Amino acid sequence: MGSVFSSLFSSLFGQRERRILILGLDGAGKTTILYKLQVGEVVTTIPTIGFNVETLTYKNLKFQVWDLGGQTSIRPYWRCYYSNTDAIIYVVDSMDKDRMSTSKQELVSMLEEEELKKAILVVFANKQDLDGALTETEVAKELGLAAIKDRKWQIFKTSAVKSIGLETAMDWLVTAVQSQ
Amino acid sequence: MPIGRKDKDEEGGGNPFSYIERTAVLQEARIFQQTPINPRKCCEILTKIIYLINQGEVISTTEATETFFAMTKLFQSSDVIMRRMCYLTIKEMSKMTENAFIVTQSLTKDMNGREDIFRAAAVRALCAITDSSTLQGIERYMKQAIVDKVPSVSSAALVSSFHLSKGAHDVVKRWINEVQESCSNDNIMVQYHALGLLYHLRKKDRLATSKMVAKFMKSGLKSPFAYCMLIRIASKLLEEEDSGHDSPAFDFIESCLRNKHELVIYEAASAIVNMPNCTARELAPAVSVLQGFISSPKPSMRYAGAKTLSKVAMKHPSAVTACNLDLENLITDVNRSIATLAITTLLKTGSESSVDRLMKQITSFMSEISDEFKVVVVRAISALCQKYPRKHAVMMNYLSSMLRDEGGFDYKKAIVECIIAILEESPESKESGLSHLCEFIEDCEHTVLATKIIHLLGREGPKTLNPSKYIRFIYNRVILEDEAVRAAAVSALARFGAQCEDLLPSILSLLHHSMMDEDDEVRDRATFYYHTLAQKQKVLNSAYILNGLTVSLSGLERCLQNYLKEVSEEPFNMKSVPLQAIATEETKTAIAPTVRKTKEKTPASRQEMYAEQLSRIPEFKVLGNLFKSSEALELTETETEYVVRCVKHTFDKHIVLQFDCTNTLNDQILENVTVQVEAGDGFEVIAYVPCLCLKYNQPGVTYACVAIPEEDPTEVTTTLSCVMKFVVKDCDPNTGEADDDGYEDEYPLEDVDITVADHVHKVIKPNFGAAWEEVGDENELEDTYALSTVNTLQDAVKNIVKYLGMQACDRSDNVPEGKSAHTLTLAGVYRGGHSVLARAKLVLKDGVTMQLTVRSSDDVAAQVITSAVG
Repeated sequence: MGSVFSSLFSSLFGQRERRILILGLDGAGKTTILYKLQVGEVVTTIPTIGFNVETLTYKNLKFQVWDLGGQTSIRPYWRCYYSNTDAIIYVVDSMDKDRMSTSKQELVSMLEEEELKKAILVVFANKQDLDGALTETEVAKELGLAAIKDRKWQIFKTSAVKSIGLETAMDWLVTAVQSQ
Repeated sequence: MPIGRKDKDEEGGGNPFSYIERTAVLQEARIFQQTPINPRKCCEILTKIIYLINQGEVISTTEATETFFAMTKLFQSSDVIMRRMCYLTIKEMSKMTENAFIVTQSLTKDMNGREDIFRAAAVRALCAITDSSTLQGIERYMKQAIVDKVPSVSSAALVSSFHLSKGAHDVVKRWINEVQESCSNDNIMVQYHALGLLYHLRKKDRLATSKMVAKFMKSGLKSPFAYCMLIRIASKLLEEEDSGHDSPAFDFIESCLRNKHELVIYEAASAIVNMPNCTARELAPAVSVLQGFISSPKPSMRYAGAKTLSKVAMKHPSAVTACNLDLENLITDVNRSIATLAITTLLKTGSESSVDRLMKQITSFMSEISDEFKVVVVRAISALCQKYPRKHAVMMNYLSSMLRDEGGFDYKKAIVECIIAILEESPESKESGLSHLCEFIEDCEHTVLATKIIHLLGREGPKTLNPSKYIRFIYNRVILEDEAVRAAAVSALARFGAQCEDLLPSILSLLHHSMMDEDDEVRDRATFYYHTLAQKQKVLNSAYILNGLTVSLSGLERCLQNYLKEVSEEPFNMKSVPLQAIATEETKTAIAPTVRKTKEKTPASRQEMYAEQLSRIPEFKVLGNLFKSSEALELTETETEYVVRCVKHTFDKHIVLQFDCTNTLNDQILENVTVQVEAGDGFEVIAYVPCLCLKYNQPGVTYACVAIPEEDPTEVTTTLSCVMKFVVKDCDPNTGEADDDGYEDEYPLEDVDITVADHVHKVIKPNFGAAWEEVGDENELEDTYALSTVNTLQDAVKNIVKYLGMQACDRSDNVPEGKSAHTLTLAGVYRGGHSVLARAKLVLKDGVTMQLTVRSSDDVAAQVITSAVG
């Protein structure tokens, strides 16, 4: 009886906050995604000098989300925030074909970090509302995702502005985190 | 809560943080990384970090960076207290790590967020991590924050902008419209800060500043703080303009005396009181306001009033007399600082009869006030003594008892200086003053004061009725004190030996003991004096013990160095060494000892400077060492086209005239400027050094060298007429570019007089009598003159000193009041290094009659000096 009650109790209130990092090159749409998820609206953003940190609840699960700036000068500081991370949302601007390789490099070097070995990876092929955007398959190919064998990962096509794919992606993330 | 624990610890009397240690705290800071966050614990650690930084603990860049990043993790929590602690930590650490910019986004969000309690602090922290390169990124938010409707945010933005303007003045200047808008904010702090920033941004532009002041003077302000600020700006403008007090700015300050806020009233009164050259009429309203302050029930008001009035009393004692009754009431004030200020003010303003009562009152609580105020009391006594010479004896008693009390160096120094001033002023107090000082050095921990007093004893002691009684005090120092005091004591003993024949055997035996002293200096002095005194020759005593060296030490050093450089058979000539310049200050200015100090150094260094400048000019190298430089004479009226001043430099056989010229016309450039000198009376111009180019407002120098006639060595005075000659070229006032063609022109200047004083250098002879004997009567000349143009002895003394250019000895330039006869003794060195002494006996009877006796080691010098007055 007691154990049933305590598991019910913990599933409602006492759960540990999950820690998520949103990373990606500058201008990929990280901050827009964060606030779309938190307040459900598209806010005007400026380039993030530093970070945003917000708490959001999705499907009864509490997330502490860190959105780190993507400018070249800020990327070296990402690693200061790796520890205790449960999942990474890696956002890619699907229109920005020129910088796909840069994006890939950053992703690869990030995944090599010891502190992130256990983190789940979700890639958002963002800006799907724009004509000429690469599809999620193309993005996955550009980033070389197929080579990732040692962790749970998935790629989704998204558009924060048009609310495409965010829900599907988050649903997958919730399930993945819970089964971790 | 940490606060609660702190309270408990404080009851125990300890500092809760006294035990903390850097590495341990930085170790603890790792819990910032843990989730979930424990705000209480984190706040405590942040407090420790800030405490360490403020204790001056050095935290390395690596440590600071690591801790800083750990601290950024705390932004995930919105705990109000902890977030505010974070802002404080960011500000403290912003300069320790280069990575503080990482919180830019978070702070920008907080300053624009809905949580008012975060916003002002976020603005301050953001500005602390921003430098001129990153400032543009937040410029938009700063402009918004300056005009924010929440006063704390607006104030924070204004003050932060002020700090930012130090590095990025131009960026902040772009926000001036927003700042101006905030100047009309209803909140008193915002208005004050806005006005402060506005002034800061405009203060380099005088016109803009005066416009701004005029605008606010007309429209008025809500905030009393802003009023105070405006008063300060206005008085600064007044000071700079120097246009007298008939300006709107003065009227404004005066009108603030009737403001409803005490703060503003005091500021205005204090501004008026501090203005230079304020008239009694202008002071009156300010003084009457302060009078109201000193009868206020609030101690702070009474203190402010009393302190300011005591300042007024220094310069305008009569203006404060009206407040005497109210000041009397403050004598018994429970606040001793107020009472002290009241009494010392009364001492300056009151009549002679009230002095005794006031002194009694003040000594009753002397032990309860701080040293700083004790010095104030001593200064007041010193001023009183100058005003009422009859009070010397009474004051001396007070001073001696104060000297016995506990007190720091400054306090004791003030007392000793005051006693010395009194005993130099009045012969009656001499003996008692000296004995008080003797008593003081028996137990004096300040070497500086002890040596000063011993020197004084050496100078004054031998002239007293019973010199032997001082010897014991001085010799005690030789046995008991450190080397500086022992050396001074040995010198003082030698002076007794040189002047008191009956004591000489004892002095010699005392000096003999010191010849075995362990300190080199003491031993050297003792040996030197012992052997000098043993010769029993007055001339030696005078030259080497009583009157000492009169040369400038740096000059002596330079001459010796030059002498060593050139191989010469000749012995070193002491007479070629420049003499020590004597500060030309009136002894009466002793009221303000602080002002005097700044003056003392200048004359010596001035002559050094000239000597240096002249030695660099090849034409003047052959002239030898500079003997004397005169004060600068104006050869033009002020505010003319060209301003020329002349300094006369006397050398052994020449006089160099230095002309400092300034061209005040911005559309002209002068080239090849010389001052043509027409000489007569056997004087001959032998060289000119032109100034090649004289641009607008840039001073230039030209020289003329005049040979002094050698045929008749007593022919030393003349008048030289001077004309400035030059080539004028017109130029563009804006670019300063000159035309190619110019024309010759000349400009008449006033005449330059060469007087006897130009050939004589002042020299202090501490013992005139001994020096007089030393020179002897070989070249003595005597003459009697009727000085018809002067009516008092004091004027006669003043004129004689001026004509002869010699130094009055033994304070004989002060004529005691009511005397009809006076002897003036003068000492100097004549060009070429011959010492000259003069004794002028003056009698007042239908004008002043003078019998002048001159002695010199050179007969020409004696002739020149004797003929100078005629």
